[in-house]
Amino acid sequence: MDWLNSIVQGVLVGGLYALFAAGLSLIFGVMRLVNIAHGDLIVLAAYLALATTQTLGVGPLGSLLVIVPLMALIGYTLQRFVLNRTLGEDLLPPLLVTFGLSVILQNGLLQVFTADSRKLQAGLIETASIPIAEGLSLGVLPLLQFIVAVAVIAGLQALFYNTPMGRAFRATSDDPSTAQLVGLDNRHVFGLAMALSLAVTAVAGVFLGVRANFDPSIGPARLIFGFEAVIIGGLGNLWGTLAGGIILGVAQAVGAKLDPGWQLLAGHLAFLFILAIRPQGLFPRVQD
Amino acid sequence: MSETLLSVKNLEAFYGDFQALFGVSLEIGAGEVVAIVGANGAGKSTLFKTIAGQIPSRRDAVTFAGEPIGGLRAHDIVRRGVALVPEGRRLFRSLSVQENLQIGGQAGRKGAWTLERVYGLFPALRERRAQPAAELSGGQQQMVAIGRALMSNPKLLLCDEISLGLAPIIVRDIYARLPMIVAEGTSLAIVEQDIVQALAASTKVYCLQEGRVALAGASQSVTREKIAAAYFGV
Repeated sequence: MDWLNSIVQGVLVGGLYALFAAGLSLIFGVMRLVNIAHGDLIVLAAYLALATTQTLGVGPLGSLLVIVPLMALIGYTLQRFVLNRTLGEDLLPPLLVTFGLSVILQNGLLQVFTADSRKLQAGLIETASIPIAEGLSLGVLPLLQFIVAVAVIAGLQALFYNTPMGRAFRATSDDPSTAQLVGLDNRHVFGLAMALSLAVTAVAGVFLGVRANFDPSIGPARLIFGFEAVIIGGLGNLWGTLAGGIILGVAQAVGAKLDPGWQLLAGHLAFLFILAIRPQGLFPRVQD
Repeated sequence: MSETLLSVKNLEAFYGDFQALFGVSLEIGAGEVVAIVGANGAGKSTLFKTIAGQIPSRRDAVTFAGEPIGGLRAHDIVRRGVALVPEGRRLFRSLSVQENLQIGGQAGRKGAWTLERVYGLFPALRERRAQPAAELSGGQQQMVAIGRALMSNPKLLLCDEISLGLAPIIVRDIYARLPMIVAEGTSLAIVEQDIVQALAASTKVYCLQEGRVALAGASQSVTREKIAAAYFGV
């Protein structure tokens, strides 16, 4: 039962990893941009949520009402005024610029919020749990986090395949120069994609901040988890990304069960193993 | 002579340091069908790409419906009513046939062309609407490309080599639909390799040679000898 418990907790944490990964996957899919600052943007969202809970006196979940639109706005602005200028045939400029952005964000957060660990306080919900069986219970918060992750993935999937905005994303991803010929302004489409990516990041940041302590330096590790979930699942497949997050979460939980020091290593090993046997990921995009 | 819809004056175009067009001037009137012919590398596709905004040009080099549009970005030019059917069709691979058409309509111009009307024009597309566009035959893909451009309800439709790589019977079928497009008030400009086809379908013809207009005239009045001379520069 102990093992089952670990695996279930791993699955639930996997939802959070899928949230880290979804925004990363989305912008890579639409504009081939690898956002090195993604992890730091997640941490930024957690700090913005902290500031919101303190100034407005709302809970972390309530702060989403502010943080999601705010991060979307930051995303659109960042894309239109900075990242669009780096896009082109060469993949290196966006990598370098987002790497620089990562450094700026970490140091900026350090200046404003200091290096102290912080946490978002969600109150009683943090310790509430639902007993499933003898020795197995589901924490309400991890469960909620998982349900939100599934809902976000389902929402993104519906948006991509059933709305004019999703069509514009897919068309621009297929062929940016022809997309302009049908009246799509790439700069705006890319701005919307980054806005959406950072809106998802906002959700990820809030759950990250409620789950555990955070400080300005933890972004890059979240970026790695995000990358690993995307690559395990297969590029360009959102449900695959969820599966990738779950596999990563379970591997870490099982590793931690064997030896607490093995938690991160086990996750990386699972990632390397899948990369070695299936470099295209478990569920690469079917239409390609 | 009908009212001028598009006027190109002294247009020059470059690919980096390479100059592809040297002072090209031409006019397309409302309701006209204008054919652009010429050898490979004469600058026909470059001319269309420049008009459509894919290649930069001077603002006053291209005037559409009385407004200078040279050098505007491609998405802006579509919204003003000039649509390009690009060479090689360039359909969106991950979109279905219907989505390819719908995305053409997202430019937001109102007019006669709707999904229903495009399916009316090309009935073969209706039963394949849910298929990925890449699975269609070449002729059907060309129909999707034309339909996608029509969905933006253009006043001027530029068709770049719509017969490229297609069987003659399919080409005849597609050309037979063009008058229906003109009948809805859209002017046409076509780049075409097949001179007989080009002359039969058009009211006016321009022959390009090495980036310059070598011959211009009413399609009925130009002789094959004149075209041959303008084509090869002999």
